Amino acid sequence: MKEFALLFRHVEDFDTLPEDEKPAVEKKWQDWIGGIAAQGKLIGEAGVRLASGGKVLKPAGVVTDGPFVEIRECLGGLIVVKADTLEEAVTLAHGCPAMDRGGSVEVRPIFV
Amino acid sequence: MENINLKELFKQEFSKMVAVISNIYGLAHIEVAEDVVSDTFLLAAETWESKGVPDNPTAWLYAVAKQKTLYHFRRNKIFDERVAPHVKHNAEKTTDEPDFSPKHIKDSQLQMLFAICNPAIASEAQIGLALRILCGFGIDEIAEAFMSNKETINKRLFRAKEKLRTETVVMELPPKNEISVRLDNVLHIIYLLFNEGYYSKTESNILRKDFCIEALRLGLMLMDNEITNEPKTNALIALMCFHASRFDARQDNENAHILYEAQNPDLWDNDMIQRGIYYLNASLQGDEVTSYHIEAQIAYHHCLNDNTPNKWQSILQLYNQLLLINYSPAVALNRTYALYRADGKEAALVEAEKLNLQNNHFYHILLGELYTGIDNAKARTNFETAYSLAKTTAEKTGISLKISKL
Repeated sequence: MKEFALLFRHVEDFDTLPEDEKPAVEKKWQDWIGGIAAQGKLIGEAGVRLASGGKVLKPAGVVTDGPFVEIRECLGGLIVVKADTLEEAVTLAHGCPAMDRGGSVEVRPIFV
Repeated sequence: MENINLKELFKQEFSKMVAVISNIYGLAHIEVAEDVVSDTFLLAAETWESKGVPDNPTAWLYAVAKQKTLYHFRRNKIFDERVAPHVKHNAEKTTDEPDFSPKHIKDSQLQMLFAICNPAIASEAQIGLALRILCGFGIDEIAEAFMSNKETINKRLFRAKEKLRTETVVMELPPKNEISVRLDNVLHIIYLLFNEGYYSKTESNILRKDFCIEALRLGLMLMDNEITNEPKTNALIALMCFHASRFDARQDNENAHILYEAQNPDLWDNDMIQRGIYYLNASLQGDEVTSYHIEAQIAYHHCLNDNTPNKWQSILQLYNQLLLINYSPAVALNRTYALYRADGKEAALVEAEKLNLQNNHFYHILLGELYTGIDNAKARTNFETAYSLAKTTAEKTGISLKISKL
């Protein structure tokens, strides 16, 4: 079994969603991650969820307000899964709620 | 004299007396403590038969056990030569007389609980030892519960006691900074003990109920002491209360298992459910979320007599959480069942097919259940696979029934 990171790139930020839509989105994520955990393929207790905001440090001490302006999809979070092959890891990524709103899932092998 | 009384008295007093005697002479002599207590009960049976039961049977037992203990250890000079040098550093233990005061009994039992639930002993042996030393079950009863024979159980207990000696396990509460971690191990053994009763394959319903009651009693013992009364202790007690509330509803007159769906909610023990809710609330203090917390909440939802999709949505979310901290095939299957009840068969089938637990008969029962009405041929194949994998007759009968209904 190898390890892969599933990186969620969102077009929209969870924080900017209308309050009444949040629970449904939240549930979709929990069901999706629960489905991977049910297969015994999730590593760690949960993934990492990134809040919006933050800063970016660049050479020569330049600090900007985040990377969001430069790439269309911003990194929203990640989970680590185990799978035999990259293809299997991609199969696990199917149904990821990140894609519901035009986002994507990047599947990357992890060096062991 | 009624034999029933003596048997109950034995259950009730055996563990207390062994704990107190072991507290003086050390766990290395735990077998002597067991023998002394057994001899005491033997003498009680003989004496009470001819002379009648004394006014205070417990006091009688303690007095005789005290004499027998002193006699044994003094005659064998064990105390002077082997035990005293080790216990002298402890001011409380300079006496060689067993102290059967209620406070000392409680303290000794708690210390014994921590001694037996020591990570050094293999967990299967721990449960056996806990059943024997902490709950006073007979070897034959333990053998029956484990679907094993007396010889195997005796060997297992012997090895566990050997381990107590070689690892020089002492009867004391762990230091404060270790309590929480050591408590995890104690709670786990109590949890296994309860499950042994709740899910045991033995046909003796009384024995199974006894196991559960004993596990609950040990949990309450931990709650009784402020240093072990942690939120997770309450969570485990709540879990046991909720499960225990359905005990009478789970079994029909012929001892056959009744599935949750077919149970008569009127038979659920409401008093037990209320107690569970009380402990569940107590468990919600603090930040720690253990699997007992989540399992207790799931069990709580199962005690609500409504079968709305909302209830099943809540249960599904709890199983999602539980999987993150404690994956097991059983949890994965329960989660998929909750998904079926919350979102329907189609949604659950997609997820179920991914689980791939080919050698697990519960998995094929679940698949069979989900395919029923959608693809009865596949349902049949799965039930048949489940039938060939099932181990007990009761399970096979249940599966046959499902096949015949297709």
